[in-house]
Amino acid sequence: MKLIFERSVPGHGTEYLPPCDVEEVALPPHLRRAAPPKLPQLSESEVSRHYTQLSKQVYGVNCGFYPLGSCTMKYNPRIDEEMAALPGFTNIHPLAPGYTTEGCREVLDLAEKLLCPITGMDAMTFQPAAGAHGEFTGVLLIKRYHDARGDHQRTKIIVPDSAHGTNPATAAMCGYQVVNIPSAPNGCVDLDALKAVLGADTAGLMLTNPNTVGIFDENILQITQLVHEAGGLCYYDGANLNAIMGVARPGDMGFDCVHLNLHKTFATPHGGGGPGAGAVGCKAHLARFLPKSALMDGQDDHLQVRSFHGNFLVVVKALTYILTLGREGIPAAARGAVLNANYLMRQIRGFQPAFDRICMHEFVLDLSRFKKETGVSALDVAKSLIDRGMHPPTMYFPMIVHEALMLEPTETESRQTLDEVAQVYGELYDLAHQDPDYMHGAPHNAPIGRPDEVRAARDPVVRQKL
Amino acid sequence: MASYIPSTPAQQQQMLQALGLADWRALYRDVPDAIYLEDGALDIPGGLSELEVRQKICAMAAKNKPFATVLRGAGAYDHYIPSIVRYIPTKEEFLTAYTPYQAEMSQGILQSIFEYQTCICELTGMDAANASVYDGATAAAEAAAMCRDRKRRVTLISAAAHPDTIATVRTYCYGSGDELRIVPARDGRTDLEALKELLGPEVASVYIQQPNFYGQLEDAPGIGQIVKEAGAHYILGCDPIALAIMGTPREWGADVVVGEGQSLGMPLSYGGPYLGFMATTAKLMRDLPGRIVGQTEDAQGRRAFVLSLQAREQHIRREKARSNICSNEALCALTAACYLAAMGPAGLEQAARQSMAKAHYLAGELTKISGVELVHSGPYFHEFVTTLPRQAQALKALEDQDILGGLPIREGVLWCVTEKVSRAELDRAVNIVKEVCQA
Repeated sequence: MKLIFERSVPGHGTEYLPPCDVEEVALPPHLRRAAPPKLPQLSESEVSRHYTQLSKQVYGVNCGFYPLGSCTMKYNPRIDEEMAALPGFTNIHPLAPGYTTEGCREVLDLAEKLLCPITGMDAMTFQPAAGAHGEFTGVLLIKRYHDARGDHQRTKIIVPDSAHGTNPATAAMCGYQVVNIPSAPNGCVDLDALKAVLGADTAGLMLTNPNTVGIFDENILQITQLVHEAGGLCYYDGANLNAIMGVARPGDMGFDCVHLNLHKTFATPHGGGGPGAGAVGCKAHLARFLPKSALMDGQDDHLQVRSFHGNFLVVVKALTYILTLGREGIPAAARGAVLNANYLMRQIRGFQPAFDRICMHEFVLDLSRFKKETGVSALDVAKSLIDRGMHPPTMYFPMIVHEALMLEPTETESRQTLDEVAQVYGELYDLAHQDPDYMHGAPHNAPIGRPDEVRAARDPVVRQKL
Repeated sequence: MASYIPSTPAQQQQMLQALGLADWRALYRDVPDAIYLEDGALDIPGGLSELEVRQKICAMAAKNKPFATVLRGAGAYDHYIPSIVRYIPTKEEFLTAYTPYQAEMSQGILQSIFEYQTCICELTGMDAANASVYDGATAAAEAAAMCRDRKRRVTLISAAAHPDTIATVRTYCYGSGDELRIVPARDGRTDLEALKELLGPEVASVYIQQPNFYGQLEDAPGIGQIVKEAGAHYILGCDPIALAIMGTPREWGADVVVGEGQSLGMPLSYGGPYLGFMATTAKLMRDLPGRIVGQTEDAQGRRAFVLSLQAREQHIRREKARSNICSNEALCALTAACYLAAMGPAGLEQAARQSMAKAHYLAGELTKISGVELVHSGPYFHEFVTTLPRQAQALKALEDQDILGGLPIREGVLWCVTEKVSRAELDRAVNIVKEVCQA
C-alpha cells in the first residue's frame, strides 16, 4: 500500500477555514520557521480513500475471533461510543467553571460509586490513562503511605515471576528494588518463597488474581495476610478482573489498592493501542493520597500522573457499559467468560494445556512437547491461525511456560464460534504432523509474510524520508 | 440489561454439563467461601435497557453547558476539527483492534502509526518519534526520565510551564527518587540568569515549554545554547499548531521534543483522551519510551511495518526498562495524522496564523478598556494574560452570553483565541467586558 506521502500531490488540499478577518501578525524573526513542514497534500476524497484502504488491513474484535490472552478482547458495544460522542461531553473544556460541568462530575462520581462495590474499594481516581499508568499510580500510593508514616526502610516490592512485565517495570519507576519470587508448580504463589522474602524492608506485593496462567490463587487470603503482617501493602493488578467481577472482590481478598483496565474489563475499545483508562481504586487508608490536578484542584504537594482528570470519554463508555449490565449482568459476564475459556480448553484437541485443571477466563497451552514432535513452534501455529482468518492468541507469555499460547475467548463469543475455533486448532495440530514446512512459512494469505524484525531493529527506519 | 453474551442460558447449562460441572459455584471452586459473592450480592443497581441507559447518560450530558465561543485554553484548545477527522477514527477496524502485535494482520494500523511518526518528525524537525504517550504532561515526565544517566540525575523545569506538567514531572521524580528544580520565571518567561545558575554538572535535562503556560514565546534558541554549554539535554514542550510557523525545535538545539497533541483534531472532552507526542534525535532514538513502528521487508521483499526496537520495553526488560508504558493513545495518534493530512501544510499554517492574529486582535481591543493591561511584555502566540477589573463579574457576564472567557489565574486572566472565533464574536466579547468594567 502506498504511504500517504506517496499519494501527496503539490497543491491538492481542502480549505476548511474562512479567510482571516483580522490583521496578520508575524512572529519575531528569530523564532520563524524557514520552510513549511512536508505534510501530505491531499484532497479530502484522497484522505478518505487512504484510510479506508488502511482499515482493510486491520483486524479488530468486530472482524472476528480475537482471543488475545490477558487483553480481554470482548465486544465493544456501539451505544458506548455514541454516548461518549455526545456534544454535551466532547465540547466541555476541562477548566470551564464548575456550574457548567456538573454532568461531567456526575459521570465521574457515578463511575466511582459503581466501581467501588465491584472492587471492594472505598475511593477511586480516573486520572491514570492506561493499565500500566494505573499500576504506577497504585504503587505510588503505597510509597506515599509508607513515607507519610515515616517508614523509610521499606525499599522492596515483591513480584511473582509469572507477572506481566509492567509490574517489575512499575516498581522500578517508583524507586523500588524488585524481588522476583518463583511460582509454585501449579502456577500460583509459592507461600514458602513469599515468606522467605517478606520482612521489614517489604513495601508491598503486586499480584494478578486470577494470575497470568488463568488460575485463581486459592491461598489469596493467606497471601495478603502474610504481606500485611510484614507491614507491606497489597496491590491488585486488575488485568484479569473480567474473570471475577461480581463474583469476588479484590478488597475482600485483602488488597489495599487496585487498578482497572476500563478498556478491557469494561468493554471500551482498545483503538489499536489506546486510549485506555487505568482507574485506580483504594481502601480508605490510602484515599487521601489519590492524585489531583494542579490546575483543576489547586496546587499543593499532591500526586499527579497526568493533566486534568484523565481520559474522561473512556470513563463515559465504561459507565454506559456498567449501567447496562448492572447487578446481574456484571457477574454474568464474568461467569460467561470463565465458562467459555473452560469449554474451549476442553474442546481443543491435541494441544496440551499447561495446567490441566479448571481455569478462569483464560488458559495457556504448552506447545513444548508438540514442538519436539513436529518442529512446529507456537509462533508457527499463531501465524497459521492468521491464514484461517482469526487473530492468534498471546504468544510466549507468561514466561514460566515455554512455547506458550494463551487464549482468552471472553464471554462475547458464542458456543458455535468456540466449536469452530476448536475445529481449526485441531486441523492445525494435524497439519503440523503432516506438513510442518507449510506452517513454518505461514502466513500465506496475509497482505505480507513474516516481516524481518531483526533488520527493523538493526537498521531502524522509523520515519519516511521526504 | 444486555451483557452481550450470545449463548442462551440453556446452552450455557449444556456447556457446564459438558465440563462435568454441577453449577456456577463449581466453576469457581478455587474462590474461598469467605469471599464468594452469592447471586444478587453485588451492591449496584440492576441493569438497564439500552433505551434507559441512553436517557440516563444523555441527561448527564445535558447538565453540562458547552459554550458557543471559547476564549480559554491553558492546555486544552478549541481548534476547528474537519468532519472527516472525526469520522475516520470511528471505523470499527481501527477502533476495536488491540496493539498491533501480529504485524501480518495489522499493517493498516502499523502504517498509520509510521505515517504519524513521520508527521511528528516533520513538525519538530527531529529524526524519530514514538507511537505516542498519554498526554503532554506525561510526555514531559517520560522525556525527563530518558535524559538521565548515572551521573546526571537532576531535572530542571521552567516555572512558566503548565502547572499540570510541573506537578506530573514532580510526581514521576518522586517515584524514581530524583530531584526536580524549578527555574523561576520573570515577566512571564523563564529567567535565563537563574537558569544559568541552576545548571550544574548534575543536571540531566532542562524542560522549557514553547509557547509557555502564559502564552509567551521563550527565547528558545538562546536557552538551547545555554543548556548545551552546560552539557545538559534540552527538552522542548511545543504547541503542535504553533510549529506550523515556528522554527523547528531541532534548529534550536532540542534533544527531545514533546507536547500535547490534543490540538490536532481531538475535541476538548473535559480533558481526555488527549495525545502526548515525543520526538528525538537519531542518537537518542533507542532511549525513547513506548511503542515505535519501524519499516522493514518480508521474505518476498514487500514493504512491511512492525513494532520495532522492542528490546527497550517492559515486556522484555522488566525491571530494567526505563518506562512501563505499553498502551498509549494510538487512536488519538491516528486522529492527529488524519487531521494533519486533511489540513495539509497550508491549512495548518492558516490555523496557526489565524489563531495568533486573532489573539493579538483580542488583546489589542481588550487593552483599550480602562484597567485592562497586558501583564507580560514579551511576544506571544495565541494566549496572553491581562489584568481585569471586576474579573468575576466580567467572566460571568461572558458566560451568560455563551462565551467562555479567559482562565482566572494568580497573575490575572489567561486568554486564548483560536482560528474558530470570528472578529465579530471577539468584538461582542470585548463589548461585554467593557460594559462590566465601566459599570
